[in-house]
Amino acid sequence: MTERKEADRCQSTVISPNATWRELPRGGLILHGGNAREYETGDWRSNRPIYDSEQCVQCRLCWVYCPDSAVEVNEDGEVVGFNYKHCKGCGICAAECPSDGAIEMVPEEE
Amino acid sequence: MNAAAEPQRRVALTGNEAVSEAMRQINPDVVAAYPITPQTEIVQNFSNYVADGEVDTHFVRVESEHSAMSAVVGASAGGARSMTATSANGLALMWEILYIASSTRLPVVMPVVNRALSGPINIHCDHSDSMGARDAGWIQLYSENSQEAYDNVIQAIRIAEHSDVRLPVMVCLDGFIISHALENLQILSDDQVKQFIGELHTEHSLLDVDNPTTFGPLDLQNWYFEHKRQQVDGMEKALEVIPQVGEEYADLAGRKYGFFEEYATEDADAIVVVMGSTAGTAKDVVDAMREEGHKVGLLKPRVFRPLPVKQLIGAFSNCKALAIMDRSDTFSTAGGPIYHALRHILYDAENRPATGNYIYGLGGRDTKPEAIRSVFEDAIEAADKGYFARNISYLGVRE
Repeated sequence: MTERKEADRCQSTVISPNATWRELPRGGLILHGGNAREYETGDWRSNRPIYDSEQCVQCRLCWVYCPDSAVEVNEDGEVVGFNYKHCKGCGICAAECPSDGAIEMVPEEE
Repeated sequence: MNAAAEPQRRVALTGNEAVSEAMRQINPDVVAAYPITPQTEIVQNFSNYVADGEVDTHFVRVESEHSAMSAVVGASAGGARSMTATSANGLALMWEILYIASSTRLPVVMPVVNRALSGPINIHCDHSDSMGARDAGWIQLYSENSQEAYDNVIQAIRIAEHSDVRLPVMVCLDGFIISHALENLQILSDDQVKQFIGELHTEHSLLDVDNPTTFGPLDLQNWYFEHKRQQVDGMEKALEVIPQVGEEYADLAGRKYGFFEEYATEDADAIVVVMGSTAGTAKDVVDAMREEGHKVGLLKPRVFRPLPVKQLIGAFSNCKALAIMDRSDTFSTAGGPIYHALRHILYDAENRPATGNYIYGLGGRDTKPEAIRSVFEDAIEAADKGYFARNISYLGVRE
């Protein structure tokens, strides 16, 4: 019934950046839903937050303020670090953090 | 399908009526339309068919042509066989959505009743409207009379929906001269049309909830270029599909359609190229001049997008002079769009006839046999001398 073209028979939900025009779905269509999870938006980051558990007072303000969901918390509700796949490096966590040195923003190239 | 097994009905219809009759027989799933002279009758007649229950179409009364094309794009993306019709400024208002339809590879079919694009404001025939849209990625078929308009609309469905093509098609017919003139033509039975066009099979549909698909996402530097290349591929495939559909249609209807019609061109030294209704008048001129012993012929393009380059070069391989008539101008000071196209392809041809351009009939200006005869006479002179006295002439304008 529905005839799938060779070009559309794309197994992976992610299309290789080197795909030729013959390999892409026609008309710019995206054939697989929910593929945002394949896209690591942490790539956009230019500054990286570094977490120091010694200095952390577990107030969880960083978790509250994070505009993404990049602050990782364990089963006991304790902050344990960052999810760098999603952290954009905005630095709000570091700015809100009340304890000196628990979150430090470091340029990505360092 | 059996060769013209059933006798066809002979009816007297205007061009607009012939097109709305074709649309009734096609029975599209969705028609979204807005009236504009000289197209109005097409969608008005069709809305009567909807009101009378003669078709199953969902008719969307929109507030503008921009909305008409947008609604048709949405419907087509949803897997519905979708049509609209327009003219001149209506087509201009659709502009940005024309590109959405073609780039999203939606097989929309749209009759365009050719009318001068304002301004100064004018409602009569020329080709400035559809010629302006010639690079929008739509296939363009042009018609000489009501019969061709009818036949083209039916074939357009098959061309647009072919799985290798998947591009929208404009079926152009001259405003008033064809759209409002009564003419005898033959029409197929409803069943023949239904069988010929078949069902629309969509590979992907917005309404297919089991296979959710995103239509029209942002397409940046990484992908846009590849998608444009795909559109060219669709046009290249159309060059194969259009004659195939034409052959199949000839088996059914007994009327054969290719990329263009050649009239007395075989041994012609001088060929006039003219598209649309004026070709009919020009054929009479060819007949008269042939009787006088002049070796003249006529080539009437049917398919302007895509451009059948090889076939056109072949058609001009023996002639010495080519007078190319354009019912629109490009304001480049370098001639009209058909002239540009043909002069361009002749650059690679072994035989390069002299070419001259005649801009004619703008804003519905009547183009009489005497005027066309003067074009043939220029071409005969050019065939002899090897060049046209003037590259670009404005036929019938008061100098």
